[in-house]
Amino acid sequence: MRLDGVERHFGAVRALDGVDLTVDSRSCVGLVGHNGAGKSTLMHILAGSGRADRGRITIGGHEETAYSVARAQKLGIRCVFQELSLCPNLTVAENARITHASLKGIGWRKHSAALIRAKLDEIFPGHGIDPSDVVGDLAIGQRQMVEVARAFTVTEDPLHLVILDEPTSSLDAHTAGQLLAFVRRAVDQGISSILISHMLGEILSTCDRVVVMRDGKVVATDTASAFDRDRLVATMGGARQRDKTEAAARTRGETALMVRARPRGQTAGAELVAHQGEIIGLAGLAGHGQTRLLLDVYGAAMQGRPGIEVSAPVALVAGDRQTDGIFPLWSIAQNIGIRSLAGLRRGLLLSPEREEALARSWQEKIGIRTPDLDNNILSLSGGNQQKVLFARALGSDARIVLMDDPMRGVDIGTKLEVYDLIREEARKGRTFLWYTTEMDELENCDHVYVFRNGRIVADLAQSELTEEKVIQSSFEESGGPATLRGHAS
Amino acid sequence: MNAIRTLLARPWIWSFIGALIVWLAAITFTGGYGAGGMITAALSLAVFMVIVGIGQMFVITLGPGNVDLSLPANIGLASAVAMKVMDGSNSMIAVGLIAALASGMAVGAANYLLIRVLRIPPIIATLSSSFIVLSIDIAYGRGLQIKPPPAFADFTNIQILGIPILAIGGVIFAFLAGIALQRMIYGRSVLAIGQNMRAAWLAGIPVERIRFLTYTLSGALGGINGALLAGYFRGASVDIGNEYLLSSIAVVVIGGTSVAGGKANVPGIWGASLFLVLLLTMLNTFGVSAGVRLLLTGLIIVGVITAAGGQPAQR
Amino acid sequence: MSAVTSAEPAVRTGWRSPAFARMLRALLPALSLALILIAIAWLNPRAISYFGFNLMLNLAIPIALATIAQMFVITVNELDLSIGTFVGFVGCVTATWLRDAPLLGVIVLLASIGVYAALGALIHLRNLPSIVVTLGMSFVWQGLAILMLPKPGGKAPDWLQGFMSLKPPFVPFPVIAAIVIALGVHFALMRTSYGAVLRGTGGNAQAIRRAGWSILKTKVTMFALAGVFGVLSGMALVGITTSADANLGNGYTLLAIAGVILGGGEFIGGRVSPIGAVIGALTLALAASPLLTFMHIPPDWQVAANGAILIIVLAARALISRREADR
Repeated sequence: MRLDGVERHFGAVRALDGVDLTVDSRSCVGLVGHNGAGKSTLMHILAGSGRADRGRITIGGHEETAYSVARAQKLGIRCVFQELSLCPNLTVAENARITHASLKGIGWRKHSAALIRAKLDEIFPGHGIDPSDVVGDLAIGQRQMVEVARAFTVTEDPLHLVILDEPTSSLDAHTAGQLLAFVRRAVDQGISSILISHMLGEILSTCDRVVVMRDGKVVATDTASAFDRDRLVATMGGARQRDKTEAAARTRGETALMVRARPRGQTAGAELVAHQGEIIGLAGLAGHGQTRLLLDVYGAAMQGRPGIEVSAPVALVAGDRQTDGIFPLWSIAQNIGIRSLAGLRRGLLLSPEREEALARSWQEKIGIRTPDLDNNILSLSGGNQQKVLFARALGSDARIVLMDDPMRGVDIGTKLEVYDLIREEARKGRTFLWYTTEMDELENCDHVYVFRNGRIVADLAQSELTEEKVIQSSFEESGGPATLRGHAS
Repeated sequence: MNAIRTLLARPWIWSFIGALIVWLAAITFTGGYGAGGMITAALSLAVFMVIVGIGQMFVITLGPGNVDLSLPANIGLASAVAMKVMDGSNSMIAVGLIAALASGMAVGAANYLLIRVLRIPPIIATLSSSFIVLSIDIAYGRGLQIKPPPAFADFTNIQILGIPILAIGGVIFAFLAGIALQRMIYGRSVLAIGQNMRAAWLAGIPVERIRFLTYTLSGALGGINGALLAGYFRGASVDIGNEYLLSSIAVVVIGGTSVAGGKANVPGIWGASLFLVLLLTMLNTFGVSAGVRLLLTGLIIVGVITAAGGQPAQR
Repeated sequence: MSAVTSAEPAVRTGWRSPAFARMLRALLPALSLALILIAIAWLNPRAISYFGFNLMLNLAIPIALATIAQMFVITVNELDLSIGTFVGFVGCVTATWLRDAPLLGVIVLLASIGVYAALGALIHLRNLPSIVVTLGMSFVWQGLAILMLPKPGGKAPDWLQGFMSLKPPFVPFPVIAAIVIALGVHFALMRTSYGAVLRGTGGNAQAIRRAGWSILKTKVTMFALAGVFGVLSGMALVGITTSADANLGNGYTLLAIAGVILGGGEFIGGRVSPIGAVIGALTLALAASPLLTFMHIPPDWQVAANGAILIIVLAARALISRREADR
């Protein structure tokens, strides 16, 4: 399968800028790159669910002119999308039927159930999923397993290539290992795959070749053995060793206590503590209770909640902009002002002048690139929308700012600007709780708590923070009290 | 030219243009006869739609699924309450109005409790509560056709230069509602909740308090409307509010408010109310039968919404 | 146990499991129906008989059919506010043209199903709010019905009257009809392979589209099915009442929505239950008048009692769902 010079534009944004990609049969290609590098867009084009503005798709030697989902299915190309594409109201077997049009007629349910069960058993022995389970009842990791198994199930169409977009993001180390081992076995049986992952170790250990993308372009292609971790990171463009001393190594507890919280389901042991002016990192794999704790802290600030102490107004910067952040019908200025409505009043009425003044001052401080703050929020690029959310929180009266992995899909330039801003605000006495999945960002923090399975499993000061430690505690199978350092404060 | 263009860009202008066209068609048919009277009558009747329409607008703006189906029963009960309390006596008018208001607010608050505490979808919650309110009304006001106090009945029919005083009040009220929607924390909060309830909560908006206020407001406006209707039509009755079930929703939507929530339009409600009332007047002057009238009303609603187009997909 | 389940600490078995909560919720419609039947039996034992059921459940058939029609629309996350007046319109056609000019009657009824399908297409293609479109259509159907039958009248075709007053041995006709409707629709929607696609449209339309299915087709199918069952409902209703009236079905819009929700359906997410919907409709039909009459509830308060029953059942369901959500 080959792609030549594929381009894709979203408005003025060039998501893909002349990408060439070749996948040989019987091979596993690893695709890495930062968020927003264009990996997902590329995969949608391969799966037929996205359209290329320009470029050629050649499969099995034939150039495809009218490429579509149905055509991809015919040619044996399947895709496991990053956002789950199961119907939560249907059973596992019924979901298998959705993507396999040939599962019909009398006895289709039994047939479908048998197929998906066999594939689950093959890939994830001991999965604990029944084909008659309704998907909405399954844990997120199990859903991901179903999705993977469904893609590898063969009915009447052949199966040549499976695209796996972050397939292990919700799986624990054990299941992820099962999956990667299966991918290797499948390659040996003649099924190629494209593996997209942020876990560089997975890429290096599983793939034959590695393709690195940056800013919509392929910047490097080589055999996996030619890469090591450092070279991969360097090629991706994320190799910045920051001056660690910059984040001042203060002793904790000198300033006032702002937040004290313990994750639900954790009765004893570690708790999260934040003092005034601190940047506290919440680390660990995605979806292991970090967001939940942030929301609990937020809820406690809004209407009180036993067991969580919050001693100042709180604002939250959402990571999932679409569902948690922006108001799509409103202007940029209105989106910034919504958290500060009480302060924008003059008498009983909101003052448009004050709203605009607030927005303008933050536009300058945080560099929102727009000709007019009265433009609709959706006229901004993703990174600038995220800046609006930062402006909303930082422009408010909140002394504590919660950040829910806010840099997803934000370009590196924006990130650096925002990091500086956060440190500056912290110096001025604001407290930050920062959930992030990126190691680079943790280095901005004064103190880091690592989460696993909804619990705090490690508590690292800035000075002892290393990527190995974070990864190790994220994956540890027995996160018993031995690994916890009790907090004396 | 520019002024016209900006005017045409306003979504509510179309409902007024529609109202104008319908009126012109009607007076063309009558040869100009009764043109002024038609407007006076239309203004009087449109006010009642505007009052409940604005309450319904705030509710619908709260987002998909939010709608107040209890308005007809609420109006009926409030009309009975107002007439009973006033008891035909001019001195009790204010007390009666307050009682109607309180009755409406109680219904609205009860709706919210059903939605919030029992977690019943708003459509079903307001529907069930309307059943109960209807029964209370039947039992409470049965067989009693109490006339409104003369001063109250006269008040609802006063005209200044051919413009009903209620219509003037209705315009002022709509203006205030527009201010509340666009320039007050309450309105902003409603708009935010309608776009994305979760994001609104995360942006520090007291979502549940705002929803409570909105359902109570809708109930209160239903209550006031009931009292005024009873005054205008010289007496309370159980089915006095029946037509407002559909028309309150219709004027909101035709007026340019988004059913998907988060986008509301107050002037459009006036335009849409005049449009609907004048449409009925026109069809009456044409002498068409009730069936044709309903048929055309329905087709026009479907046509308007199709022409206005849908909202961008809600993901 | 694999480590996956521990990633989200959820109890997966026993009485706190989601499967159990769902079963409880699925049983709730049946439980409320049973409760009402017990209440009726206690108040008036003679009602629990062949003729008693025939009498009490007679009107339940058209309600159940209208509820099923509404359920199809709700399955794809839409709502039909016109089903009531549509039933009335069909009633008028049945009592006039279908009797006097059967061919014309059949053509008109088929065309009205086509209108329903076209509405589904319109709503999907123009991305219109179904509430408003069907609200407008409710005026259209009622207007047509009044044009056709300005005054109550007409007469149901004899074969239809005969069919609706069948007296099969042992089991009353309404009970048989309810079972046939429930199982038939259950099979079609819950057991066939295309039924899974139809329900998936409500659950995750994007996933269905990505898998290569046409959402337009699923929506049109569901609206057309709603039209079919609306027609059946109107015919059944006229078969029972023997004559028609333009306002015959007006109450059915809200009854049908309530029936779907009572039967365990949800407004969004494609979670519906045909069997539950039929049971919900039966519950409403029984609660609507027989029970209240036997309880000697004065007519003034019968509507209120209906509302209260709705609230109680839905509150019970909300409690169960809350436990589901809290797991």
